[in-house]
Amino acid sequence: MRGALFPVLALALIGAGQAQAQTRATAIGDAERGAEIWMFCSGCHQIGPEAEISIGPPLNGIFGRRAATVADFPYSRSMTRMGRDGLTWTLDTLDAYIENPRVLVSGTRMSFDGLEDPRERADLLAFLRDFSDRPSNIPEAAPTARADLPRLSEDTLAIVGDRAYGEYLSSECTTCHQRDGSDQGIPSIVFWPQRDFVLAMHAYKQKLRPHPVMQMMAGRLSDEEIAALAAYFGTLTP
Amino acid sequence: MTLNRRSFIGTGLVLGAALSAPPLIGQARPRVVIVGGGAGGATAARYIAKDSQGAIDVTLIEPTRTYYTCFFSNLYIGGFRDLASIGHSYGTLAAQYGINVVHDWAVGVDRDGRTVTTAGGHVFPYDKLIVAPGIDFVEGSVPGWDISAQNRMPHSWKAGSQTQLLKAQVEGMRQGGLFCMVAPPDPFRCPPGPYERISMVAHVLRERNPTAKILIVDPKQSFSKQALFEEGWQKHYPGMIQRIGPDFGGNNVSVNPETMEVDIDGQVEKVDVCNVIPAQKAGRIAELAGLTGETGFCPIVPATMQSRMDEDIHVLGDATIAGDMPKSGFSANSHAKVAAMQVRAALTGSTAFPARYSNTCWSLIDTDDGVKVGASYAPTDEMIAKVDGFVSQTGEPADLRKLTYEESLGWYSGIVADMFG
Repeated sequence: MRGALFPVLALALIGAGQAQAQTRATAIGDAERGAEIWMFCSGCHQIGPEAEISIGPPLNGIFGRRAATVADFPYSRSMTRMGRDGLTWTLDTLDAYIENPRVLVSGTRMSFDGLEDPRERADLLAFLRDFSDRPSNIPEAAPTARADLPRLSEDTLAIVGDRAYGEYLSSECTTCHQRDGSDQGIPSIVFWPQRDFVLAMHAYKQKLRPHPVMQMMAGRLSDEEIAALAAYFGTLTP
Repeated sequence: MTLNRRSFIGTGLVLGAALSAPPLIGQARPRVVIVGGGAGGATAARYIAKDSQGAIDVTLIEPTRTYYTCFFSNLYIGGFRDLASIGHSYGTLAAQYGINVVHDWAVGVDRDGRTVTTAGGHVFPYDKLIVAPGIDFVEGSVPGWDISAQNRMPHSWKAGSQTQLLKAQVEGMRQGGLFCMVAPPDPFRCPPGPYERISMVAHVLRERNPTAKILIVDPKQSFSKQALFEEGWQKHYPGMIQRIGPDFGGNNVSVNPETMEVDIDGQVEKVDVCNVIPAQKAGRIAELAGLTGETGFCPIVPATMQSRMDEDIHVLGDATIAGDMPKSGFSANSHAKVAAMQVRAALTGSTAFPARYSNTCWSLIDTDDGVKVGASYAPTDEMIAKVDGFVSQTGEPADLRKLTYEESLGWYSGIVADMFG
């Protein structure tokens, strides 16, 4: 397994810079400034409790909505096809669409040239986000902030983990994985060779291994944090 | 592991004293009082006691001697767990971690004098207080229902006798009868919980009472894992379950427990079993301590879980306004680890690492048909914000759903070990 995984990871390392561990998330943007940018949209779109179909469809609940699904709105054929193909409005797809609508939907009827400034787009998205489901009520609803995702450095595999830091971080793992190594529905993660542990975590982080919970958990661990966890779980006393 | 910990206690004491924050030097051990022994409070107690290695005096105030977890209580209703398997004692926390477990109700907090008073008349001084009381119900939120009617129309939203009662009522329902759930408005404990409960009730009725019907009256436009539940109900319980949302009067409901009637926007339905889940607020002690805001829940500092009202108090779990985090046992467990680290840092000078939060909620729709939703969160200045997430997909193969269910069993073992030792 080690032989098969490592070359893939090595490819992923090329061009990646080093980043600090994440301490905070960054809000999508400033919704108040977004409300000002909304003026560009409000000629055609409505939003809020009373919103109805106008020249464009209402944009309540746009996050998480499949494209071209507002009943009775006469979408372009192009938009309808994208909806059928599975285009769903997320932070990323909306951002791309607002930047240049034709990149995503060639024949869209939306006569808008796009917003070039990423910060203006982020502010507008933050404004739109406020009119969609809240994650606390519907946990699968869209994010309200962007992760400051750490990247791999070339020295990743050589990092010596800080065991004390690993012990702290491990509390996030032990909600599911048991410290005593029991293995009931959720695998044991103790006493692994540290290198295997590090490789496995990076494989999740790169989404090479499929499990969604682990992809998410590994996705926000920095290289140092992965090494620290490997050091801790690898040397637990039974 | 226990032996190792004990052999370290001596060293821990010395270290703890050496690292004590200046105001505490010369005092006895710093005191932490924790109100509420659920997923938030029990976890916080265990982590503070475990990681401070005796340097902090930990008192846990929790009225029940056996704690029944709300999570997996629906599986008990469905016949997938027995009651004993979701009940936990505080014995290990007392015996192995040296936590002073007090079975009493906290009835008052003197924030100036920094003491907690219990119904039994005891007064507990604290240096840091952790408040993790879970939820209480908003009076009058379902007209006609109050706590005196909870035997005729159980809420079963706090696990234990209420869960037993509802299970018995479902099993004893007349052939072809009608089960009704009055679902709560947002925000409430366990967003997928009402719909998992519907699935478990349907599972029981399909076996014992296949002509029975289920009615959900719901003030919410949409709900957690909606596509997954609706797909599952269609597949496993076709024609059994009907939901009335706000567009058809689901937001204008009153009940009459005497006559077992439910009035839905003027239309009166006679029902056989009625599960009323009222609107919710923070557990009452949080309100008494002056920690709640306009919404009835407690505002917190996203990076530390400290109350916005009092920096010597941390609030955990369902009682908080935790931004994007749903009210769940997993979330409370996650809050507790951040708060425990902050409390230790303040009292003994240990390192406080940056806060990180996560949550996963599993739900069971039918035998071996498990689904899940989860996310990771991080503090911004304003709130705990969602940064990434995942959810089970509709149309997943049966073996994946079975694996998801098995994973939830593993998680249950994991989290209760994390809470109770």
